[in-house]
Amino acid sequence: MATTTRARPARPPATSTDRRRRIAARPAAWLVWGVVIFFFLNLLGVVASVLVSSFGQRWFDTWLPDGYTTSWYARAWDEFALLQVIVVTLEVSVLVVGLSLLIGVPAAYALARRSFPGKRLIFLVFLLPILMPPITYGIPLATVLYKFGLAGHMSGVVLANLVPSVPFVILTMTPFIEQIDPRIESAARMCGAGLRTVFLRVLTPLLVPGILASAILVLVRTVGMFELTFLTAGPDSQTLVVALYYSMSASGIRAQQSVDAMAVIYTSMMLVLLVVALRYVNPTQLVAQVKDEPEH
Amino acid sequence: MSGAGPGRPLTHWQHRLAERGVDRQLWLLVPALVFVVALFLYPFFYGLTLSFQPTRGGPFSDYARFFSDSYERGTIWITLRIALPAALLNVLAAVPIAYRMRGRFRGKRLVTTLLVVPITLGTVLTAQGLLNFLGPTGWFNRILLATNLVEEPVRLTHNYWGVFFSLVITGFPFAFLLVLSYLSGIDPTLERAAATLGADWRRRFTRITLPLLMPGLATTFCLTFVLAFSVFPSAVLVGNPAGETRVISLAAYQAAYERYDYPYASAIAMIMGFVELVIIAVVLAARSRFYTGSTGGKG
Repeated sequence: MATTTRARPARPPATSTDRRRRIAARPAAWLVWGVVIFFFLNLLGVVASVLVSSFGQRWFDTWLPDGYTTSWYARAWDEFALLQVIVVTLEVSVLVVGLSLLIGVPAAYALARRSFPGKRLIFLVFLLPILMPPITYGIPLATVLYKFGLAGHMSGVVLANLVPSVPFVILTMTPFIEQIDPRIESAARMCGAGLRTVFLRVLTPLLVPGILASAILVLVRTVGMFELTFLTAGPDSQTLVVALYYSMSASGIRAQQSVDAMAVIYTSMMLVLLVVALRYVNPTQLVAQVKDEPEH
Repeated sequence: MSGAGPGRPLTHWQHRLAERGVDRQLWLLVPALVFVVALFLYPFFYGLTLSFQPTRGGPFSDYARFFSDSYERGTIWITLRIALPAALLNVLAAVPIAYRMRGRFRGKRLVTTLLVVPITLGTVLTAQGLLNFLGPTGWFNRILLATNLVEEPVRLTHNYWGVFFSLVITGFPFAFLLVLSYLSGIDPTLERAAATLGADWRRRFTRITLPLLMPGLATTFCLTFVLAFSVFPSAVLVGNPAGETRVISLAAYQAAYERYDYPYASAIAMIMGFVELVIIAVVLAARSRFYTGSTGGKG
């Protein structure tokens, strides 16, 4: 072991320019980049094939469709009652974002600032809905919601989507609140502000970036959430992704292209959200609660 | 700092509680707690008790029914056979790529942004895209045929591989971004110190970076596995839901929404949760054997 180490002289610490030069040199680096590019090419193929198909007139056993048309969009719009579906999707998302912030932010404040007996247990309880797969708790949850007559319309969809969203807000907001200097609050308290005034006049303005970030993350997750909405939605409370699933699983009835057109509408909606989201949050935050500092 | 208003004397026990950190500010937690109890814990225990009250037979008969029927019992194995390799591949492929990309380079923001796209697309759209792209007349098979790599189209949809690819497409970016954020949390000076002591990159990776990364990898594996384990839409759409990709969530769904047998569906959901928690517990137990302290913060 020692001889192999000696045989290779230690490199000086790699600066970023140095590393870039080494990328060009090593076959392993080429392999890594090759895998990444292969992945992206396939991803592009997956997305582009839906996009091309949605504009194609007839597309059977050829590289590209015979002709191009936009009529599938009009048909999808009418056939799937997309206006109503999009309105429902927006209503559900806005309600879920608003409610989860209202419930989650105060709890995140208490968890960030205070220590009290049982705090770890409470934290674990908040973590569980994120760790469990949606189907596992979704089926008992849907059973309970049906029992109380809440499922099958919008209130059930909103309630079910709140289950992972509230813990998500708590987990993303807690580090934001922790980094605010508690002495600011103490100063406000000393000047006579009550808890409500501290919240509304001192904390909320400071927390706006954090609230915005977690609101957008919840929004993206709610629009994309399939399982919980699927289990609790009735015919007039389907969100776009659930409607897309139903049209796909019954694809024999309708033309493939109009399903593709609907998928493109869904994709573009998600992409708009994504572009907005990336202005405010780091990509890693979309998948994790790890707060990533900007690298210098 | 207690939340009690001025001019209202605290009683003796309120003082005692306040000393331990319990005072009126904790009311802030109450809405969230009520919410979690009402919409998560209560349904969960309701489902648990419901699973012991089957429509026919004794308290355990629904569990016995699941395990005695090989078509149903097999769903556990089918799910694991899809989810475990997919999660492992996603995490293992993410490590070298994230290691390579952890520094700063031009276009890093672009790469990470592009990787977020499949996560936000979700499984339903990925399934639709895979059906078009990997299908017998799709571009992928056309390229293979045109380059004479295969004689006839490879069957990649409506079977195991369709589901597997859909899990890789949505799961790999997820794993990659997590691993990348864990990697950039490791202090780069540690590796430089090892370099000045004469360690080559292989030794630096196996002796410094990998041990510090292991806890993060275990967490990433758990989260990716949870995603893969609850695979549902893609198992129906790009898989073969009657046969080789009849995953356990599909069995639970069919029991609840096609046969309206809620006790049996709850029993399957409980079995599903249990199997998943066992795997996660094993991974987390292994994780606790590694160093889990601070990794030196950001560079």
